[in-house]
Amino acid sequence: MFEEMELLYLQQYWWFIIALLGGLFTFMIFVQGGQTLLNNLGKTEKEKNVIIASLGRKWELGFTSFVMFGGALFAAFPLFYAVSFGGAYYVWMAILFCFIIQAVSYEYRKKANNFFGQKIYEIFLYINGSLGIFLIGVALGTLYTGGNFIKNEMNLSHWTLDTYGLEALLNPFNLSFGLVLLFLSRVGASLYFMNNLAEESIVNRAKEQLKINALLFLGFFLLMITMLFLMSGLSYDAEGFTIVEHKFFFNLIETPILLTTFLIGVALVIFAIYSALFKNKSNAIWFHGVGTVLTVTTLLSLLGFNNTVIYPSLSDIESSLTIVNSSGSHYTLATMSYVSLMVPFVLTYIFLVWRSMDKVKISSEEIEADSHHY
Amino acid sequence: MEDALLVDWSRAQFALTALYHWLFVPLTLGLAFILAIMETIYVKTGNVIWKEITKFWMTLFAINFAIGLATGIIMEFEFGTNWSNYSWIAGDIFGAPLAIEGIMAFFMESTFFAIMFFGWDKVSKKMHLLSTWLVAIGSNLSALWILVANGWMQHPVGMEFNVDSARFEMSSFWDVLFNPNAYSKFLHTIGSGYVMGSLFVVGISAWYLLKGKDVVKAKKSIVVGATFGLITSLFLIVSGDESAHQVAVNQPTKLAAMEGLYDGHERVGIVAIGQLNSEKEIGDNQDEFIWSIEIPYALSFLGFHDMNAFVPGINELVYGDEDHHNIESAASKIAKGKIAIEALTRYKKAKKEGDTLVATTALADFRANEKYFGYGYLKKPEDIIPPVALTFYSFHIMVGLGTWFFMLFFLILYFAMLNKLDGKKMLLRLAVISIPLGYVAGEMGWIVAEVGRQPWAIQGMLPTGMATSSISVAAVQTTFWLFAIIFTGLLIAEVKIIFTQIKLGMENH
Ligand code: HDD
Ligand code: HEM
Ligand code: HEM
Repeated sequence: MFEEMELLYLQQYWWFIIALLGGLFTFMIFVQGGQTLLNNLGKTEKEKNVIIASLGRKWELGFTSFVMFGGALFAAFPLFYAVSFGGAYYVWMAILFCFIIQAVSYEYRKKANNFFGQKIYEIFLYINGSLGIFLIGVALGTLYTGGNFIKNEMNLSHWTLDTYGLEALLNPFNLSFGLVLLFLSRVGASLYFMNNLAEESIVNRAKEQLKINALLFLGFFLLMITMLFLMSGLSYDAEGFTIVEHKFFFNLIETPILLTTFLIGVALVIFAIYSALFKNKSNAIWFHGVGTVLTVTTLLSLLGFNNTVIYPSLSDIESSLTIVNSSGSHYTLATMSYVSLMVPFVLTYIFLVWRSMDKVKISSEEIEADSHHY
Repeated sequence: MEDALLVDWSRAQFALTALYHWLFVPLTLGLAFILAIMETIYVKTGNVIWKEITKFWMTLFAINFAIGLATGIIMEFEFGTNWSNYSWIAGDIFGAPLAIEGIMAFFMESTFFAIMFFGWDKVSKKMHLLSTWLVAIGSNLSALWILVANGWMQHPVGMEFNVDSARFEMSSFWDVLFNPNAYSKFLHTIGSGYVMGSLFVVGISAWYLLKGKDVVKAKKSIVVGATFGLITSLFLIVSGDESAHQVAVNQPTKLAAMEGLYDGHERVGIVAIGQLNSEKEIGDNQDEFIWSIEIPYALSFLGFHDMNAFVPGINELVYGDEDHHNIESAASKIAKGKIAIEALTRYKKAKKEGDTLVATTALADFRANEKYFGYGYLKKPEDIIPPVALTFYSFHIMVGLGTWFFMLFFLILYFAMLNKLDGKKMLLRLAVISIPLGYVAGEMGWIVAEVGRQPWAIQGMLPTGMATSSISVAAVQTTFWLFAIIFTGLLIAEVKIIFTQIKLGMENH
């Protein structure tokens, strides 16, 4: 069925999948948020163990979504994968280091004779949760603000600055994107703990954290969205690339479906915060989850549709990347589209496993009794 | 020579990170099945001692698994960060298996790992057992897809060159998936994982027996480990033979390097052990070996399943042997490659200027020589030969160890059946030191496969030097040392933790 589809249609379909993966990943970063809150919420060793145990059953999903995000980009938009990873080298490497240290920290933190000591593993988790997430936000920001690359007629590319991606840290939009993700992750973490833990004391502290982080999140989100709507973007047609004022704003309001998903998404996140803070609801994490996925998927979709550039080049406008000039061939996209049919199946088993593991809220008695806990 | 330096550092970094990743993957592949078998025994017999045994090995599994993930994530992105030209030129084919690996395998592993590890009291016995099996199957699926990707680099199939986008594009997914090279690679590699898992279980159990600790559980474990090991090491030898056959057919220069064979002939033997003459250069008349012991006819048979087969040596492959064996010289391939490169440039230019006539002839010239396109980037004919000594010794160490492991499992199982293991101190000690040897064998295997593939990133198509990202050497050096430090630190932590857990004994789990 996919073979008959037009190439452009497949490219759009794949950009949507990437956007969706980005949305799912952004939801899962509540784990990272939780890591940064470890010392704020866990005042005793027992409490910390409960927090780690609760996050420890989820972290691999976020980690794997991140890997998947890379794999899907490679398969569907290989030129984007080559240009961005091979050019913004330092930023991506820094992000990867932040994830490398996460992967061992849960398992090794409490193990006897673990070489670095418990404290260092907790610092690893903190770095992963703060710097890692912030940098991912910065990197995502460059999809809107652009990167300093040039590609030649053979489509081979290079970066034009020796800072290899670090220059992205000078752009206010990128920075606010990073901060939005950071505080969003902490909001998510607070809501998750309220849902997942049976420990009164931690839950109460989580609620306190929610107040501060929700405020910071909303502030930076407003700032980021304002900048996004004021920003110019690149548009392309057969003739070449042109700069369009308020490109992303118009993309949003001229596409009813995106406008709808954006508004519903934002509303759900705000509702989640409200219901947790003022109605004491413990299921707010789910509204937050759906809202985050909708909002981020919409924001990333603003790039891939309506003749918009997905990665503008600041060095040479003609080198800019679009879903059309950076994608895999028709054959590969069609083949991979069959593979993508597995996504709902995978989501279903993840959901079922999640539910069966979280039927009962986690308490410190349970953790103490389990010989295999982290 | 900034470029050569960049390529070398990029290779060094890839080699470093891949070799580290491979320290942890084989145990995951093998131990996952051993766990599943042990838990199945528990569920079938209902004997809780098997549950305790399973849980003990599972603790070690988790420690190893975590660092496998830590070293794996970088591999996924390193094609982009350090081999970005490769990623563009081959991404249309190569990206697909990587993405499929993520969706089919990684999610399965990481989701059911949570049940396997934390779900003992949360789900039914059957569901738990199923999860353990799914972790094992998931990890082996991830091996499948990554080896399909690697197999394609060793023997590219199912694709064609698109002159307009200047890259290879997939023309048949099934050809890529059922690439005979990918097949033999997959089977041999998971086989090596199973053997590694068995060595681990047998070696650690042997240590308990030597110490007289946890004897009952250790004896049960050693029987499972040695049985699984005996079967899989046989499978490893058979699939290794098939791998060698694939190499002989598709990568003759690699085969010549593996055997240090300079002058090809019929009915070639295999050097069982030997010392290479380090003075020897291609084309001179010195002897290849200072000393060696040969098994007659074996290479002809191993490579081509025919005792009388002709096996080309390095000299024929470089200088050609048109008269007798229809082997084209590297010089001639390089010349054709240069024509292809020139034709492609001409085509691009004409296309831009709208000159259809020139474009058509240029395209025809390109197509006529396209098979040799990659050769056009080589400087001299001798460049087609990979480092001989490294490939040769790595191959021989691997094969020697593979033979030894088979014997080890046989002896252990034999004495375990007679219930005479306790007295066999020497054998038990050998079992313990065979654990690190298992790691050595696996790493050697990858060196044969990857160093033996040089100078190609994609065999015969894309030289390694063309594949890197255009970044500064300093950037790659920085990350190289960061990886070296971090991975070494994590490795030390892992080894210390595992040793401590083993010393705690099987009772404490
Ligand atoms: C415990 C590890 C181990 C052991 C004992 C062996 N191998 Fe192996 N071998 C591997 C682990 C391995 C590996 C790590 O899995 C490799 C690396 C790449 C690959 O496909 O498998 C490999 C590669 C590899 C290759 C190169 C494949 C290629 O370049 O594509 C050949 C020809 C063999 N092996 C042959 C053998 C033979 C004839 C053995 C006889 C006993 C043997 N191996 C034992
Ligand atoms: C150089 C190419 C390779 C890449 C890009 C790669 C990528 C990865 C990644 C990203 C992970 C983490 C998975 C997660 O998030 O759950 C991982 C783990 C794993 N990889 Fe690799 N890998 C490579 C080589 C290999 C090889 C050759 C094998 C097997 C033959 C293998 C087998 C595994 C397995 C079984 C795991 C999961 C368990 C563990 O980490 O120990 N990988 N790999
Ligand atoms: C995990 C097991 C692996 C190990 C230990 C390993 C080892 C190595 C080594 C030693 C090199 C350097 C060779 C040289 O420059 O002389 C290398 C290069 C490379 N390998 Fe592997 N490799 C592994 C798996 C893979 C897989 C599964 C792939 C592809 C899917 C792959 C792709 C590459 C690439 C792209 C390079 C760099 C370009 C080149 O030197 O050809 N490797 N690897």
